[in-house]
Amino acid sequence: MNVKVQAQRGELNALFGFAERSMHSVRRYWVWEVVWLFYSMVSVLSIGFLASGLGTLGGNGSFDLHRTQLYLLIGSLLWGYLSLVFMEAAFAIAWERWEGTIEYTFMAPIRRVTHLMGICLFAIGYGLVRTFVVLLAAIAMFKLDFSHADIGAAVAVLAASTLPLIGLAIFTSVLPMVSPQKGEQMSFAVQGFLLLVSGVYYPLTVLPIPLQLAGYASPLTYALDGMRRSLLNGASLADVLPAVAILLAMGAVMIPAAVWVFSWAERRAKRLGLLKRSG
Amino acid sequence: MTTAAIEIKGVTKSFRRRERGPGTSWWRRDWKDKVALHELDLTVDAGGVTGILGPNGSGKSTVIRILATLLTPDAGSAKVFGWNVVTEAREVRRHVNRVSVEASFFKELSPWENMIYAARLYGGGMSGTREQVVAILERLGLPLDAMDEPMKQLSRGQQQKVAIARSFLTAPSLLLMDEPTTGLDPRSKKEVQAMLEILRAEREVTVLLCTHDMDEAAALCDRVLMMDGGRVLADGTPAELCRRHGGATLEDVFMHLTGKTLEAQDQEAAEEVEA
Repeated sequence: MNVKVQAQRGELNALFGFAERSMHSVRRYWVWEVVWLFYSMVSVLSIGFLASGLGTLGGNGSFDLHRTQLYLLIGSLLWGYLSLVFMEAAFAIAWERWEGTIEYTFMAPIRRVTHLMGICLFAIGYGLVRTFVVLLAAIAMFKLDFSHADIGAAVAVLAASTLPLIGLAIFTSVLPMVSPQKGEQMSFAVQGFLLLVSGVYYPLTVLPIPLQLAGYASPLTYALDGMRRSLLNGASLADVLPAVAILLAMGAVMIPAAVWVFSWAERRAKRLGLLKRSG
Repeated sequence: MTTAAIEIKGVTKSFRRRERGPGTSWWRRDWKDKVALHELDLTVDAGGVTGILGPNGSGKSTVIRILATLLTPDAGSAKVFGWNVVTEAREVRRHVNRVSVEASFFKELSPWENMIYAARLYGGGMSGTREQVVAILERLGLPLDAMDEPMKQLSRGQQQKVAIARSFLTAPSLLLMDEPTTGLDPRSKKEVQAMLEILRAEREVTVLLCTHDMDEAAALCDRVLMMDGGRVLADGTPAELCRRHGGATLEDVFMHLTGKTLEAQDQEAAEEVEA
């Protein structure tokens, strides 16, 4: 077999190996997975009920409960999905550091990008499955009506948002490399800032100008905008194409930049001797 | 001329740490360099077992980690079968594996799940791997009913056997063993040592064995380097070292060279860490 083809097969094999390892972990910790799924469900449902509650707070102005509920639930579901992917990516590296296996992973003759993509591949697949289950629960609970939605356009936006999401997830996974003790927790700070500026639960226009500018740099803003327009207003694929293009462009910049930053963190850790479990 | 398994020239390594000096304010910390290796030169030919003997903090693990591409030397060059560990790291990694003092695994996963993960990283797949793993573990004396139990339920000795099996699975040309028998019960220790005897007899793999067990080094190693404070103090076969330094055992040789026993050196190193 051609050496190049053999090398590519080896990389693909390793890519699957990372995802398979995480699947084994999910199987072993299945009880905790059920607990986490319950938590995700409760978080999203409480946002749905928040919308219901807003409708009862008085005022004689017109209040479109269904639209508000859908607006908030889209934000909540997408946020749940994104935060899960961030957490899984950062946790994968932190977990390896904790177990001491990261040295064995770094000793393997594979490209770093394969390692990182393998982590993200699992995180995205796992996040999608869990979010879909929560979505089903939300539909059943709130009798959500998607008859006016353009589901195809929403799926296109979701697919395009995967690329910058991989970039962000890799950036997040750098944190446990830089700080073995506090890196994983730092990923929550990053998540919190994205939650603030990306218009998850409110339009960007309510934010002060500096935060609005930060919001325009967040891929989540465009993912949410595209999803809301297609699911709430029935915007077609052609209508959401600008959002899709921005997301793809952001992904094209963010993935190589994130891999480069991770490689820098790896070189630094090897120079300073930080890969050991003790840190 | 055949390529040496290991060729280290002028390699140095220091670790920078921020430390608070005595009597200084709590917020003030200065950078301090702790030298782990002083300009090391070492050539190891392919085949056989080469031992590095020394107390904790002598620099032996630093050598192992540099050869495993896990640490970057500050100066000098280190090559494995002619490939530079920094600039040709991926080539080096294809030929090297390591067994460390802690059997590092995903503890919640089973030996089999850890093994298939390792196999995939080295280009292997499901096909034939289970049979290969069973064969290696049987040879190491691990009960096969432990194959699908979580690693955390295995004893320390059993975990170390799985670590050794993991390194064999990737068929390395250079096996780096960093105190593989430390902390094992006498029976497990003997089993691991028996495995090393087999490797030594077969000579298909070059083994670099770090240990502070003098008897183990005398029994298993074709060549022994004694290290202390990041420097090589002596280098030769166990018999040569005893003859050259007038000792009956390697322990005597170490005492002759450093003026201390290995245990005393370890105690000193531990106190330094605590301070």
